[in-house]
Amino acid sequence: MTGRPDAALHDIAVIVNGAERRARVIPRLLLADLLREEWGLTGTHLGCEHGACGACTVLVDGDPTRSCLVFAVQVDGCRVDTVEGLAGNGPGLHPLQQAFRARHALQCGFCTPGILMTLVAYLRLHPSPSETEIREALSGNLCRCTGYQHIVQAALDAAVAGRETAPPA
Amino acid sequence: MKFVGDRHLRKEDPRLLTGRGRYVGDIALPGMLHAVLLRSAHAHARILRVDADPARAHPGVVDVVTFAELGAAGRAFPMVPPHAELRGHNFAPLAGDRVRFVGEAVAAVVAESRYAAEDARDLLEIEYEVLPSAQTLAPGAPAVHDDIRDNVAGRVTLARGDVEAALRAAPRVASLRLRIGRGGGQPMETRGLVADWNAALGQLTVWASSQVPHQIRQFIADLLDLAPHQVRVIAPDVGGGFGAKLIVYPEDVLIPFLARRLARPVRWIEDRLEHMLAATQEREQEHEVTVGFDDAGRLLALRDRFVHDTGAYTPRGLVVPLLTASMLTGPYRIAAVESSFESRYTHRVPVTPYRGAGQPQAVFVIERVLDLVARETGRDRAQVRLANLVRAEDMPWDTGLPNYRGSGHVVLDSGDLPSVLRRALESARYDARAAEAADARARGRLLGVGVACYVELTGVGPFESARVRVDAAGRITAWSGVSTQGQGLETTLAQVAADELGVTPEDVTVITGDTAGVEHGTGSFASRAAVVGGSAVALAARDVHAKARLLAARALGVAEADLEQAGATFADRRRPERHVTFAELARLAGAATAALGVEPGLESTRFFQPTDMTYSSGAHVALVELDPLSAAVRILGYWISHDSGRLINPLIVEGQLQGGVALGIGSALLEEIAYDEAGQLLAGSYMDYLLPTATDVPTMVIDHLETLSPLNPLGLKGVGESGTLPVPAVLASAIEDAVGPRGGRVTRMPLGPARLLDLLPPGLPGSDGSP
Repeated sequence: MTGRPDAALHDIAVIVNGAERRARVIPRLLLADLLREEWGLTGTHLGCEHGACGACTVLVDGDPTRSCLVFAVQVDGCRVDTVEGLAGNGPGLHPLQQAFRARHALQCGFCTPGILMTLVAYLRLHPSPSETEIREALSGNLCRCTGYQHIVQAALDAAVAGRETAPPA
Repeated sequence: MKFVGDRHLRKEDPRLLTGRGRYVGDIALPGMLHAVLLRSAHAHARILRVDADPARAHPGVVDVVTFAELGAAGRAFPMVPPHAELRGHNFAPLAGDRVRFVGEAVAAVVAESRYAAEDARDLLEIEYEVLPSAQTLAPGAPAVHDDIRDNVAGRVTLARGDVEAALRAAPRVASLRLRIGRGGGQPMETRGLVADWNAALGQLTVWASSQVPHQIRQFIADLLDLAPHQVRVIAPDVGGGFGAKLIVYPEDVLIPFLARRLARPVRWIEDRLEHMLAATQEREQEHEVTVGFDDAGRLLALRDRFVHDTGAYTPRGLVVPLLTASMLTGPYRIAAVESSFESRYTHRVPVTPYRGAGQPQAVFVIERVLDLVARETGRDRAQVRLANLVRAEDMPWDTGLPNYRGSGHVVLDSGDLPSVLRRALESARYDARAAEAADARARGRLLGVGVACYVELTGVGPFESARVRVDAAGRITAWSGVSTQGQGLETTLAQVAADELGVTPEDVTVITGDTAGVEHGTGSFASRAAVVGGSAVALAARDVHAKARLLAARALGVAEADLEQAGATFADRRRPERHVTFAELARLAGAATAALGVEPGLESTRFFQPTDMTYSSGAHVALVELDPLSAAVRILGYWISHDSGRLINPLIVEGQLQGGVALGIGSALLEEIAYDEAGQLLAGSYMDYLLPTATDVPTMVIDHLETLSPLNPLGLKGVGESGTLPVPAVLASAIEDAVGPRGGRVTRMPLGPARLLDLLPPGLPGSDGSP
């Protein structure tokens, strides 16, 4: 395993992308390492490991969370959503992913999963954002490739698409 | 339908959007070990003693390796490329008896988990004798290498005409001192490697987050005494490069060394602090420039002397200062030029190219000169540029300065620089904006407009390779010697191949960054991948198409002129029911070929060797406002006019320009690698080293011209770095305009908040609440 042999092990259960997973982990195991190394969910990326770049963002009980700053034991009993589950179990793309493709909102793709998870949660709470609001919502996620312009456009497109398909309140 | 020129959606996106990309850190092999590195805590020190026993005894630790264990692999890497004036020194896989910058790798710890390896690293004891270090470019600093007491890594003068005489003869002369600081490429994915030694095959497989897998293969083979065919290097999905993954680093040889030594797979993933400490950086230079001009604002003579900080080693020789010096005059006609530099060692991270590669400094210098001349002559900044730009009828334009490769002069091959500038000015409504900014300033707001022009050297040789193959199942695969770090080459190279083969990009699988795909390759840097790599793909695909037509004509018993192609099917024009597919042709080519007069296989390997570099060009206009209290800069508008020859995919080109500008904004306003006087890094995290965020980068308006290059089959020019080049210059121009004649002059980059505050004019009326 990944640590001192004398460290106490904890049994945890997590609903990951809708399905329950269990693990026996050392106390200091990071959520990001649990997802990537133990469960093979390598879509969640580590860019800085100090909570600044946002590449590792996942949803914990629906809230965007830096998985490099959270221990696996802290999500025991929680729901964790990662980029792998964004489009459901089908082969298609989530409307936000479709908008990213149509707008060329990704280049190397390394920051993309964290940005998608951040925006999915944001758009759920703010279905009609302005460009300025989108930029502020994105300001905790670093992208070195795109200059953000296409990401902002994709997010605005996805917001429109989301409003058009949303069930009447 | 033709696909070159199409805003084609990227083939790589579905994978990357759903978390199914495969970056080096995602590769996990059975029995894989994890390596971490202990890095020097001192800028300059002698290593007196290493006690690795406590670390070796730590649970889970498999090995601890220092220089002593490297044996024959403990040799200095070669320099790429060599230069007659270079007094070069390169690093080895680990430091020997001396460390020369904070962050230089001293020892490796290999363990069953990264957690255990990092624990054990804390137990390593290194006894250092700390020595004084060179932290300044001034003469007299402590020597970095014992055989180079003056720290000069190279001294070069490039000249055209008699600059001293031209300066004496010029009606007017002015001078500037300019400084540029250090920054880095900072890809969001750090560097990393997985290495796997297969003893049965005698085969080393290495996954590397790199821009130059073929070069890594060569270095591994040389240092580990393996034949090149025993080493396969794969750059899988790479999370950005920007130059930070351009050189062969110590770890690129060290991790394969460990995998072979331990006969187990080894993974090393750099963490962000390590990236800040040890990934190469660039830009630091000090310039003294003197210009001679006339009252009409025409440039008559230019002399630039600069000192370049090359850090502790020279893995890329003199490339960066040579690029600055040779590209100094950029898009302007100047009869007499002297551009000279000294490259000096310091006890800091080695300097190698990152996005822009010496050229942003050159653009900053010449554009500061143009603004100075405009001010001195009382002329408009755009008009002064128009008066000096190389004209369309001057092309090809020989600048008279040798290019950085020493293969001839910098010769602008094509372009229409005045049109590019005029279109940028029109797009921005420059005159109206300048008038609005002046009005706003009269009412107390600090609004300014800036303008800057540039040419970018792109499409660098010596060659790129491509192999295009149709297999017996009809699959079309194109391998290229370039690698991709987000530029979308899986799509653009497929567009190129599709047009040559008469199919769609979806029919073509592009594989880049794998030394098993093509035997020879150069890599992705210097805005070359689409230009040189795309040209090679075009040539190979053209061959395959010609061979397919020949085989189809024989198979159908018709003349080639009577063939009609629809996608993967070739038919007899007169009897369309008689047809043959690519798959059938591939099977045909795989068998009785002697009778057909062709070599086996429906495939071709081709190289493209450009005769010279091709030069992109452009102009940027920016509108900025400074906060009178904080001096914070807001970019209110940004307009780009750009000419990179034929566009394979305008959508991707726009993305490249936007990303390039964003990086330029970082290096102008936010990012600076700072060290204290002992060489300790002061910007080791993203809390101290600020990358631009979505609130820092404006929406850009982009206009394309397409002046085809005569130097390659498709008329391509590169674009990857273009967006970055003029950003410090255009922001300097706009900020200087905003602070007005009573404000300060921009003479250095980057401009952090403190330096911006110094530029504000005295007695600001900012307190009157004017909006």
